Amino acid sequence: MISRLLSHDLPNSRALAFILGVLFLALLFAPFWVPSIKALNLAAKVLIFILLVASFDLLLGYTGIVSFAHTMFFGIGAYGVAIATNAWGPSWSAVITGALAALGLSALLALAIALFSLRVRAIFFAMITLAMAAAFQTLASQLSEITGGEDGLNFRLPELLNPSTVWWEGNPFGINFNGKMLTYYLIFVAVLLLFLALLRIVNSPFGSVLKAIRENEFRAEALGYRVVHFRALSSVLSALFATAAGVLLALWLRYNGPDTSLSFEIMLDILLILVIGGMGSMYGSIIGTVIFILAQGYLQDLLRMASGLAKGIPFLPALLSPDRWLLWLGLMFVLAVYFFPQGIVGRLRDKKQ
Amino acid sequence: MSTSTTAPTAATPAVPPAPKRDWIPVLLMPALALLGLPFIADVPVWLTLTLAGLAMGMIIFIIASGLTLVFGLMDVLNFGHGVFIALGAFVATTVFALLGGWVKSPDALTQLAAVFAAMLAAMLLAGAIGLVFERLLVRPVYGLHLKQILITMGGMIIGEELIKVFWGAQQVPLEPPMILRGSLSIGDAGVETYRIFATVIGLLVFASLVWVLSRTKIGLLIRAGVENGEMVESLGYRIRRLFVAVFVAGSALAGLGGVLWGLYQQNVIPQIGSQVNILIFIVIIIGGLGSISGALIGALLVGLLANYAGFLAPKAALFSNIALMVIILVWRPGGLYPVAKR
Amino acid sequence: MAGVHTHIGAYHILHGVDLVVPKGQVTLLLGRNGAGKTTTLRTLMGLWAASQGSIRWNGQDITATDTASRARLGVGYVPESMAVFADLTVAENLLLAAHKASRMEDVDAQRLQWIKQLFPAVETFWHYPAGKLSGGQKQMVAVARAVIEPRELLVIDEPSKGLAPAIVANLLEALKEVKRQGTTILLVEQNLAFARRLGDQVAVMEDGRIVHAASQADFIADQAAQQRYLGLSL
Repeated sequence: MISRLLSHDLPNSRALAFILGVLFLALLFAPFWVPSIKALNLAAKVLIFILLVASFDLLLGYTGIVSFAHTMFFGIGAYGVAIATNAWGPSWSAVITGALAALGLSALLALAIALFSLRVRAIFFAMITLAMAAAFQTLASQLSEITGGEDGLNFRLPELLNPSTVWWEGNPFGINFNGKMLTYYLIFVAVLLLFLALLRIVNSPFGSVLKAIRENEFRAEALGYRVVHFRALSSVLSALFATAAGVLLALWLRYNGPDTSLSFEIMLDILLILVIGGMGSMYGSIIGTVIFILAQGYLQDLLRMASGLAKGIPFLPALLSPDRWLLWLGLMFVLAVYFFPQGIVGRLRDKKQ
Repeated sequence: MSTSTTAPTAATPAVPPAPKRDWIPVLLMPALALLGLPFIADVPVWLTLTLAGLAMGMIIFIIASGLTLVFGLMDVLNFGHGVFIALGAFVATTVFALLGGWVKSPDALTQLAAVFAAMLAAMLLAGAIGLVFERLLVRPVYGLHLKQILITMGGMIIGEELIKVFWGAQQVPLEPPMILRGSLSIGDAGVETYRIFATVIGLLVFASLVWVLSRTKIGLLIRAGVENGEMVESLGYRIRRLFVAVFVAGSALAGLGGVLWGLYQQNVIPQIGSQVNILIFIVIIIGGLGSISGALIGALLVGLLANYAGFLAPKAALFSNIALMVIILVWRPGGLYPVAKR
Repeated sequence: MAGVHTHIGAYHILHGVDLVVPKGQVTLLLGRNGAGKTTTLRTLMGLWAASQGSIRWNGQDITATDTASRARLGVGYVPESMAVFADLTVAENLLLAAHKASRMEDVDAQRLQWIKQLFPAVETFWHYPAGKLSGGQKQMVAVARAVIEPRELLVIDEPSKGLAPAIVANLLEALKEVKRQGTTILLVEQNLAFARRLGDQVAVMEDGRIVHAASQADFIADQAAQQRYLGLSL
């Protein structure tokens, strides 16, 4: 049963299966064992990033092409909900229309970019997605009448999802059964289903062709597979899942702006999470996201401490300043790509064999 | 750069005429300029924008030339190229601060000397860092495209953050000395002196590149290597050494371009590297990865269009360049001057 | 020129090649398509690494020497399918191969004259981008480039492939002249009618091995060997 749900792509390592099980339960019961808003925010962020990173893995890990526009699709999803609810009020139809419009736009954009750049050379893809993402981000901040510009958009959601909507009066152990909890479970179920769908995709015949292309483009072409078509389809699918993650982000935050969903830093986070977790294994996105989001908070604290200790030494405090955490992330990223290319999941699975 | 290079020897009548060079891409630039005229509809404004666009194009070309050759020679796409641009610009702020007396000197030549000192320092430092960058980040992943993109992008982030460590994260003003401020008027059109200066430097760089590439053995080897590196090896030359040399030279040129770009913007932020990087990518794709003349034409087109679009529809400025790239690639999928690969 | 024994890993194309190319002679490397002839030449040039075995040059081991250094020992290499630099002019193509010269004026004028006489196309299309030339002309440029300076060994991969008979004849005369100058030649050919007018030694390859080696005179006399290895008789 579980094996079927997971498309027979089992963790294949006792340690990995155990960690995944614990994480699944932790996230499932998050509203109960972590009643503080901050912790629940963290749990929701973990869920959304799992989906976002897993969808990126379809592209980078399974298809072997680098896109720097993944946040663009993430942002389109978030903006879709934000703009629609902002324009038409907090109705379900606005949310759904916004989400559908976002999915449509993402699919079209992804298809156009893929067909256009992959036709010539796969290396164009990285450059063109980088340019598109930058242009899109600039556009989003400039069209302030629609997008709210740099300030972004605050919006309201349908009544049912509002934190102020309490649907059970009981309040055991200070746990609120309100719209926020409902939103969390909405996100949880959506992420779970979409993640399983991604697993299904990568383990389908389509996924096998993608892997064949990644391993040897020319051989796959010689076997009669239209490499461009497969890559384009993979990039469209990946964009759709990222858009869905963006929709969920908007539902959770009830806010969206360029820095929350479009910024290049999120793109780097995605890359780092995937490399740490393990490219080419969907489970890598789960492990990587959890580690990264926990570490992100601690890294800045750690840097603050180290920076305090290094006072008086030239340049060292600046080097260790919490503002420079991206420096250390970048360093970790490079080192991870060098020495740890299979990531944590790859390591765990290797051990078993 | 494939025109005939040596002076004609005693030509025998039997010699067939040299085949015509592909001139159409060269005509694109004036065509775009003319196309802009009816939209802008004001000749002095148009002239100002056109000259500004050409100056900007020349700066972009200086930065892009190294990147396109590095790609052509070794199939290495360096996403960290932008670091050297930012580095060059920040080195210029330091040099200007150190040589404050020269910059503010009443003597025009002393002012220019400060600018040249900044350019020299930027090129030296960017070249030196380029050597380290090649060694640490590019060489280990040579031939592995995916890792190359990831690692050089990582290098870009690290570089940008290190620049923030040394120069701070804020915007730093970088104003050209008096002699390069102000503008000349041509009829009703005003041309900023600095833009003329940048164009002259750009032309000098272009001329030297063309000279090196077409008249020297090293240039010959680079052009041959871009086409077929293996064959160059078989003729007895180590292509890796050539590659390192081109990488360092390309980094130094990016540093020089950074100085010019910073002075053009009159301020420097650590993110200029990644911002300009995107323009550079568009330029080398348009030009045909690996082609120097393609990069020049691409840079001029991008510079022109950026200025026209900035005037006509500022919000679409970045998209206009992407659209330009799309149109050119639909017409010539390999870019303006696709490099003949083995 | 001592024994050459190579063995390539990964795809395992050469299963232990033993080949001796005697000094001052022309050795023909024959065999069917896919027998490993081109691989042998590329391994000899160091373009592919030999995973086992050794390559010796005048008694000196050059197995670990890189391609560029091997070329500098005095090896001219003409790869398959006319690998001229298409964007470079014919003159530039030649200049590249002249190690001692940094400008055309530095190239030994007598040698250049000799080259131009041997390969008329070189003189005619001197300032022409090599990519615009016909196949035969490109091949002339490629061979001329390989011998722009005196070479001890000339390695040529199927020079007559796809060329018109008149051009092949011209090529033959040129190669004879190169041989007369004392250059050792290792020639891979399918066109035996052409190759036999040049050869001294014959080596036949099959499945990544040298299966037969003899002097050309013996090989031509040995109808059975021809039948067996090449499926034809001269």
